[in-house]
Parts: sequence; C-alpha cells; structure tokens
Amino acid sequence: MAAPASAPDRALVAFEGVTCGYDGEPVLRDVTLAIPRGGFVGIVGPSGAGKTTLLRSIVGVVPRVEGRITVGGRPVGRGATPGVGWVPQLETVDWQFPATVREVVLMGRWAERRWQAWASKDDRQRVDRLLDRLGIGGLADRHIRQLSGGQQQRVFLARAMIGDPSLLLLDEPTSGVDLKTRDDILHLLAELNADGITIVLTTHELNTVAAHLPWVVCVNGRVIAEGDPDQIFTSAILGLTYGADLRVVRLDGIILVADAAPHRLRDALRHRHDGFEHAHHEHAGGDHEHIATNEATRA
Amino acid sequence: MSLITEPYAYEFFRQGLLASVLVGALCGMLGVYIILRRMSYIGHGLSHSVFGGAVVGYVASINFYFAAGLWGFLSALAINATARRRRIGADAAIGIITTASFAVGVALISKTRSFTRNFEAALFGNILGVTPTDLVIVAVVTIAVAAFILLFYKPLLFMTFDVEVAPIYGVRVGVVDSLFALAMAATIVASINVVGVTLIAATLVIPSTTARLLTDSFGRMIVISTIIGAVAGVVGMYVSYWLDISSGATIVLLEAAAFLITFVGTTVTRRRQRWTKQWVKPLGSRPDR
Repeated sequence: MAAPASAPDRALVAFEGVTCGYDGEPVLRDVTLAIPRGGFVGIVGPSGAGKTTLLRSIVGVVPRVEGRITVGGRPVGRGATPGVGWVPQLETVDWQFPATVREVVLMGRWAERRWQAWASKDDRQRVDRLLDRLGIGGLADRHIRQLSGGQQQRVFLARAMIGDPSLLLLDEPTSGVDLKTRDDILHLLAELNADGITIVLTTHELNTVAAHLPWVVCVNGRVIAEGDPDQIFTSAILGLTYGADLRVVRLDGIILVADAAPHRLRDALRHRHDGFEHAHHEHAGGDHEHIATNEATRA
Repeated sequence: MSLITEPYAYEFFRQGLLASVLVGALCGMLGVYIILRRMSYIGHGLSHSVFGGAVVGYVASINFYFAAGLWGFLSALAINATARRRRIGADAAIGIITTASFAVGVALISKTRSFTRNFEAALFGNILGVTPTDLVIVAVVTIAVAAFILLFYKPLLFMTFDVEVAPIYGVRVGVVDSLFALAMAATIVASINVVGVTLIAATLVIPSTTARLLTDSFGRMIVISTIIGAVAGVVGMYVSYWLDISSGATIVLLEAAAFLITFVGTTVTRRRQRWTKQWVKPLGSRPDR
C-alpha cells in the first residue's frame, strides 16, 4: 500500500491540523492524517490516548478547536456524515432493551422515509439480504440478547451497513469477545474490505489484531506514527506511544510485541523470593499460548 | 348489563370515562420511553413540579393549563441541562428542581389558605370534576403526543436505545429531546385532573413495565402498554363508580394488579421453560451419549 499521507487526493478521510476534544480540553492535538479509499486501518494507543475520539471526530461528534476534517472531499460538520457506518463497542450496548435484530438493524436506515413509523417491504427485504450476507440470516426476529457474541457484533455491523456505507468505523470490535469470534470478525471485515469498503477500527490488542492489519496509526494525544506494522512496530515508536518498555520480536514474519516490565518485575521478585519456580512456570506457559494465538490468527 | 349501562346515563361519568381512557392510553404510550430512558423519577418529579406552576398560575390568575404546562416544560429542560453537567447526577438534578417547584406551590398555598380544596383535587385527582374544557385538552394532548410518537418513531427509538450513537447517524438529539420534554410536560398537565399529581408516575411506569415483561419487541411494547393503560382507564372508572373509591387510585391499583399477575405469570413460565431445557432435553438425548 502506498503511504497514505503522500496521496491526499486518494484519501477518503483527511485530517488537516486537527485539534479536538471535550469541554475545551483537547484530547488530540494537531492531527494530520489521510486514510486512503479502500484502506484497512487500525488505530492503537493506550487507554485515554484518544483512539475513540479520533474515530468519533470523523463523524463530527467531537468539538473541534482547530483544523479541518473531510470525508470523501466533503468537510465534516454538524449533522451526519454521509456514507459512514458506525459500529459501537459491544460493552456499551443496553442488552436489556426491548429490540429485535430487525429493529436494531433498521435504526441504521432511520433517515429513509423518516416520518414513517413502520418498516416498508423494501426495508424488510434489505435487512433479510444483509443478515444472510453476514451469516446471521433467519435471526431477524430474535431479541438481541439471545445471540452469541459474534452474532451480536454482526447485528451492529449490519446496522452500520444497511445504509451502504463506503466507510466503516468500528470502536474496539474485538474487545470482550472470545478468540474464535475475534478471528471471525477480522475475517469478515477483511471480506468487506475486499468488496471495496474502507475500514477504520480502534484496538488495544497489538499482537492479535493490530499486527495483522496493513496499516496502523499509533496515537497518544497526537499521531506518533503511522504505517505498515512491519515497519512501525519498533521499541522506539511503541515506547513513545505507550510510555512503556515494549520489546518487538520478529519471528518468521510474525510480529510479537511483549511488555518488558513484567520481566523486570520477575527479576525483582526473583531476588526477594526463593520459592519463585512456580510463578515462573506459569508465566512461561502464558507466553507460549500468546505466540500460538498469533500464528493461528495469521494463518 | 345494567352494571355497565347504569353509570353511563350520567354525563359526568361519560366525560370521566372518556378522559380516563385517553389519559390511560396516553400515559401508557409515553411511559414506554420514560422507563426505557430510565426517567421514571423524572415523571414523578415533573408532576410535582407542575403542581408548583399550577399554584403560581392560580395566584397570578393565569390560565391553569398555560401556567402549569409552561412550568413543567421549563422544569424538564432545566433537568436535561443540569443532568448533562457531569458532576451532577440526573437523579439529584431532578430532586432539586422538582421539589423546589413543589415547595413553591406549598408555600403559596400555606400563605393563602382559601383555596386548599381545589388543590386537593390536583394532588389526588378528581375525575368527577372533569369539565368539557378539560376533556378537550386531554383529547388534544393525546392526539398531539400520539402524532409526535408516530412521526418521530424512528429517531425516538434510536435515541432511546443509544443516545451516544444516534447523533452519529444524524439524529438531532437536542431537538428530539426538547420535543420529548414538551410531550412529557403536556401529558402530565393533561393527566392531573384525572389521576392527580401524586399518582401520575404510576400511570406512566406500570403499564409500560408490564408490557416490557410481555414482549421483547419495541413496537409491540408500545401497543401493549397503550392498551393496558386504556383498559385500566375504563375498568378503573367502573370499579371506582361501583365501589365508590377515588378513580385515580382505582386505575393505579388495577394497573398494579395487572403488573403483579404478569410478573408472576412470566416468572413461572420462564422457570418452567428453563426447567424443561435443563432436564427434559438432556434426559431425552441420553441414549446418544
């Protein structure tokens, strides 16, 4: 992939010197960023770094102090940004709310025939086709709580896609789901991306999600770096992003980011305790599991 | 049959019946949004707040509906604005604004003791005193709120479900929220004569909570809640007539009974389903293992 920053004409989303935040407190400063049409971009950074704020600013719901954001050449301002689908973090959803899958998906189309309370035949058929495409056909009349984690994620993906967006924004789509669901979601997103939809997601999972994406933006109050994780996942850049001592291991094309701090902790503990053996074994086991996970995801 | 037709001969009963059906349906309908947005306490508080406005209107000889309605609407907006400040919880904001309003009413009444009786009606409802004007107001508010819910069904549903995401999809939350506050204030003012300040919260909350137990679909919940409210209005008026109990209290008690029956019924059904799932199927499939 060409460096997005050098090709602003092809950019679907462009940030030009954007400073934005809430209640007059900037969360992000001086962001200049270009996301190319057809891109598949991950935003990484520590908690509170402004990952979600960056994503939300694309849809114009974060007050801007300075700068300009455009989507498809049109400046983002008040009101909805056309052609964008938003998938919220599943943890923020009220699962007790009385809504069927169909009712949730149709929310994404509320602006069509906005004064008409009931769904048209066309609406219903669209929902059925989309649910089939996303592999959850036949679940339209279920309550959203009665689904598995992966199915729930697909429902909100369907709500984002019912308006035929060219850009999909996902806030932590893999947080709180199990390993297999995470892989399913990433593969599904890759398929949608292959169909031409630009995808931007936030994630805190460096090894299992970000390292597999073609383009990653490291954020901590500002953009620290962006690029192919093969190139930008270095101790220096990640250290700057996370403010932590991170080591990067490259093994047969697999990138593995490890936190050095626990190892130092282990050393410190080793000096103090004689009965360390047990804990050491456990930690080593965890490491192995991590590497295996990485390989599985990549395959 | 005369049980039904006899009271119908009186005009006060016919008017009261019509008013209680409309108020029951109106509160049932709007109550769905109120409980799903976790605003039950706002409904309760607003009715008290409206009371303050009504007294002020009375003392200043301004039209009751205008004074109470405006006061209620402004209180609702004030609650919205205060609750958005992060340091103050919505519940505290409601507590401050509505009880202060109510206190204004109480203070004014204690100062001029002459009209205590009128306000007893406002506190506990007096359906027998429903005038043709009151009936017209109730009808207009019911039609207006129903039209609002029908026309704004989609943005209201989206906003009720997820107020953070709705604006991303273009829902103008501020506008819809203000209209909703207006609908709530109007509903409470229109209902005061029928059920009274102290019982309005129940007519907002009970039918919708009962409906929630009966369905997992939002659309169906609104229909069921409206029907429960309307039926409780009709039956409540008759029971009130025959047993000579306050109509507002009768309506609320009937709704509470409906809730209790539904709660027990759905709990038993669910337990039975779970039991069946847990025991009958595994037993049935044992040979396969």
